[in-house]
Amino acid sequence: MILDLMAYGAFFLTMALTYAIICLGLNVQWGQTGLFNVGIAGFVAIGAYVSALLTTPDAPGRFGGFDMPIAIGWLGGALATGFATFLVGALTIRLRADYLAIATFGVAVAVQLCVLNLEPVTGGPFGISFIPRPFASVAGNPSLFSALNLAVLAAIVILLYLALERLARSPWGRVLRAIREDETAALALGKNAVRLRLQAFAIGGAIMGLAGATQAHFIGFIAPDNYMPTLTFQVWAMLIVGGSGNNRGAILGAVVVWGIWAVSASAVSTVFPTEQQARAASLQIVMIGAALCAILLLRPRGILGEVRMFHRVGPATGNDQPPDPPVNEPLHAEKP
Amino acid sequence: MNPQALMDGLITGSMIGLGAIGVTLTYSILRFANFAHGEFVAWGAYLALVVSGALGYLSGSLLTPIGPFSFGWSLPMAAVIAAALTAGLALLVDAVLFGPLRERRSAVIILVMASFGAALTLRNLLEFIFTSQPAYYTKALQIAFPLGGGLRATPDQLLTLGVAAVLVASVHILLTRTAIGRSMRAVSENQQLSGVVGIDVRKVIRMVWMLGAGLACIAGVMAGLLVQIRPQMGLDLLLPLFAAAILGGIGSVPGAMLAGLIVGLAEALAVQLIGAEWRSAIAFVILVMILLLRPQGLFGRPE
Repeated sequence: MILDLMAYGAFFLTMALTYAIICLGLNVQWGQTGLFNVGIAGFVAIGAYVSALLTTPDAPGRFGGFDMPIAIGWLGGALATGFATFLVGALTIRLRADYLAIATFGVAVAVQLCVLNLEPVTGGPFGISFIPRPFASVAGNPSLFSALNLAVLAAIVILLYLALERLARSPWGRVLRAIREDETAALALGKNAVRLRLQAFAIGGAIMGLAGATQAHFIGFIAPDNYMPTLTFQVWAMLIVGGSGNNRGAILGAVVVWGIWAVSASAVSTVFPTEQQARAASLQIVMIGAALCAILLLRPRGILGEVRMFHRVGPATGNDQPPDPPVNEPLHAEKP
Repeated sequence: MNPQALMDGLITGSMIGLGAIGVTLTYSILRFANFAHGEFVAWGAYLALVVSGALGYLSGSLLTPIGPFSFGWSLPMAAVIAAALTAGLALLVDAVLFGPLRERRSAVIILVMASFGAALTLRNLLEFIFTSQPAYYTKALQIAFPLGGGLRATPDQLLTLGVAAVLVASVHILLTRTAIGRSMRAVSENQQLSGVVGIDVRKVIRMVWMLGAGLACIAGVMAGLLVQIRPQMGLDLLLPLFAAAILGGIGSVPGAMLAGLIVGLAEALAVQLIGAEWRSAIAFVILVMILLLRPQGLFGRPE
């Protein structure tokens, strides 16, 4: 019994940590740079599929299956997604802030369509199976196997966290925040806002790709259904709940929201009869959607919120209301 | 090109155009990309379904088909009532969500994110109430008659094209010739200044929501009549709506309609040439091309 519970706990946490990685990637884009990405599911899918293609054994009737080591697959997934993100960013980052949102939404639709229709490469609606799992040699011992998997993901999350914290405190991160807070001032100091934003966007995308890859290898099977808009939405809920701009908040939010999601999913499957479960699952999304809107209205900073590294000088805003998350003002200034 | 693709493209295009008018108005006047607009299309279609069902239950004679069309008087009556109800829904969402965020002077991107949350909530609420099974206004089958030149169309299809043309013309006249239309254009130029000269900005905002949601509802009813009603229909339309609004130039009503027709025709052409499974990629390709070549759109002004 205890063993079962621990196995489930390990499984749950491993899954939550894969989401935490996506969240950390989104935090680089949104929390630190103020770039709104509505196509998370698409970018995660690119990472997952690239890694799956690189590492699966050669499959008859399908392109690829290059049978490479898992680490190469993860690296490849991250790089490919970083590149795709870079292209999308290069296209839209100069334009109005919400054009980026529309373009990333388009990317998610297009990726979903490609994954579904390019059957010779992606396996179409059937997806790709037999993705090698890390530590497959010890799979005979379930508790050791899941503990090792959890350890790998925890290590990735910790390393990413440390790297991102360091990056945020580096001159690069400070300039990024300066651009987010007051682009005109940063431009006046000679900072290339477009290039820095693009870098942040691509780094965030690469992290999402890495998350997709690790998730694919942890589950061992991917299909287009895994990358629906609901995924994008869950990740946003995680970051907003945890507190955007705060890397610890991103990780905490991922675990909390994934926990709520898992608990309510199991509640749905026990309370509702089988034929009503698809309906009830949509109610689950309704509730979380309403909760997201409520947090935006009531507590825009999330549980942890951004830690201010410097105190603001100047008049107080006059109320105790916490400031809203990142602003991108000059991009959508009044028309001349 | 198969002439029939032209007909299909025009019909899809007029639905996209009607929806895109709402997107372009909210974008230019409230200044954010509303990801929940597609849900007004879907909610409009379902509200009309419920109302027309109720009308048919009250009086069976309303269900007998009018002339050559496949539906009885219950549907046009339901469409008008549903347009009013959808407008009410939009006002409700604004009062609960967007209004308070505007009051607080939230960043544009917060509004976009809120609209994203609202879209998921509204869509899944539909799926919860009506399940994901497709629904239809009428089960009647219609025979398409030849129009000459190899074109064929059903009476329903011709009617929707006519209704779309009349609606676009009326919205254009409303915006260019009436007092409220002038106020709307003034607010889209400069909100603070139009407030200073005594324009009731809140009234303009209400008008934008009612107009956009009403047109979205009619587009939804058309899609329901000619294709089918599904909870996902708004999500599927969202990218074409944005592509049309940006291609037409943000704020331009004739531009949105024309761009809607372009997107619809391009989709129909793609179905002929590449295959139906790639249809939804067309809007994305068009979007990428506009952003690369002419980000201000056909009738928009450069920033």
